[in-house]
Amino acid sequence: MTATALRGEVALRHISKTFTLNGQPLPVLRNLSLDIRGGESLAIVGPSGCGKTTLLRLLAGLERADGGQVLIDGRPVQGVGTERAVIYQEPRLLPWLTVLENVAFGLEVRGVPRSLARDRARRYIRLVGLSDFEGAWPRQLSGGMAQRVGIARALTVQPEILLLDEPLGALDAMTKLTMQEELERIWREENVTMILVTHDLEEAIFLADRVLVLSRDPGTVPRLIEVDMPRPRDRSEAGFVEMRRLLMAEFGLH
Amino acid sequence: MAIQTLDTPRTRPDPARALRDGAGRFLSRWGLVIGFVVLWQVASTLGWVSPAVFPPLDRIAVALWDGIASGALLDDIAISLQRAGTAFVAAVVLGIPLGLLMGQLPAIERALDPLLQLFRQTSALALYPVFILLLGLGETSKVFVIFWATLFPILLATIGGVKEVDRKLIEMARSYGATHLQVFRRVILPASVPAIFVGLRLSATTALLLLIAAEMIGANKGVGFQVMNAQYNFQIPLMFAAIFLLAFLGLAANAVLVALQRRLCRWSVTDR
Repeated sequence: MTATALRGEVALRHISKTFTLNGQPLPVLRNLSLDIRGGESLAIVGPSGCGKTTLLRLLAGLERADGGQVLIDGRPVQGVGTERAVIYQEPRLLPWLTVLENVAFGLEVRGVPRSLARDRARRYIRLVGLSDFEGAWPRQLSGGMAQRVGIARALTVQPEILLLDEPLGALDAMTKLTMQEELERIWREENVTMILVTHDLEEAIFLADRVLVLSRDPGTVPRLIEVDMPRPRDRSEAGFVEMRRLLMAEFGLH
Repeated sequence: MAIQTLDTPRTRPDPARALRDGAGRFLSRWGLVIGFVVLWQVASTLGWVSPAVFPPLDRIAVALWDGIASGALLDDIAISLQRAGTAFVAAVVLGIPLGLLMGQLPAIERALDPLLQLFRQTSALALYPVFILLLGLGETSKVFVIFWATLFPILLATIGGVKEVDRKLIEMARSYGATHLQVFRRVILPASVPAIFVGLRLSATTALLLLIAAEMIGANKGVGFQVMNAQYNFQIPLMFAAIFLLAFLGLAANAVLVALQRRLCRWSVTDR
């Protein structure tokens, strides 16, 4: 059991990242260390420019840290990897592929035979409730449907770690709530580590075991807040409301 | 709190109205063409314009039919299509791969771009005498001048298409572990297809344009030659027959490319 318990475990060790903007160094992350348990759901919140998306891109291997190390299941991250899948704010579907082909894309580029890839894709299309749209083109889908296809594509490669970069940020309020419940269900059923960047505090409380709060000043020590509430969570319940008050206070809001 | 259900009976579709809408659409699209044809015929028969310069359409139709039935115009069409077709195919075979390469390698594109812009801005017709000097007055110089003018629209459109590919899609593919070749084949190439077709259609039009110019100089066959020749011999209906034939060839080439584009780009909504 020890071997499987390690799956999807993430360790950040003294991570630093500085960008250059108009010739000026712009530090976004400074000496950040954090352990994320396998199967945990972690939300990263903070104002824009706080480095939350940068952190996610480091985890995805799309960006390199200037200092420190990202370890996944004990091994340092060298670039993109098959044990991670990213879900972006935009669904990033290929417009010339049908829903089924898009969902199978991740497996096909990894060399999985087409029929096998499509069988697996069908399973996850069913999971996100789009079985009737397998043959549809992306342009025929609504925003929420397209994002569901993006989620199915990520799940189809059966990652240990799901990296979500404001995945519901572009959706309307109603769809967003539905999709939050769907993400919660998927996380429970698929047994993955979920790292979610969001600017929606309620979304963080609804989905996360712990919330990492970053501030725009990388000198400020990031705070980690435990969300200890039974699931699925009720947004109108007293504990939930109290947690939201607590998180908003982190940003000086009320 | 009260909740009310709003259930309104559905209205039935009206067949007479659908017919009216259909006729309206047809007229708005073809009305002006029909009006133009009718005006030409009436103006020419009633002598509002000189029938020697603008012969009535029925005489043009007869000249066209005679030319086709006797096979004379068919020979002209064949040789013209051969010239324009050879040049077009050569431009496509060179232009698309070169454009795909240049669009992906900024260093090559930067180095070649000033030269390309210079060539493109130099009228192919101005260079035709140079090509004749180099290649003689035969078929080669004709095909080459058409090729030259046809190459640039397709090349530049392909480069543009590749450069416009959404970086986010490329990043997505890379994050799933796609190799460079897979990114090219599965993302860059399909994403460039609509832009390439814009170039193809522009190139096809250019090919026909240059064909006529090339055939007006030093040719003794071809639709372009026939336009000139008929005018010299004052066979005005035949001249117009050849002109209409050219317009038809252009429309046909465009229609073929549009049909091909629809087949290849079923996923996009771009029409025409």
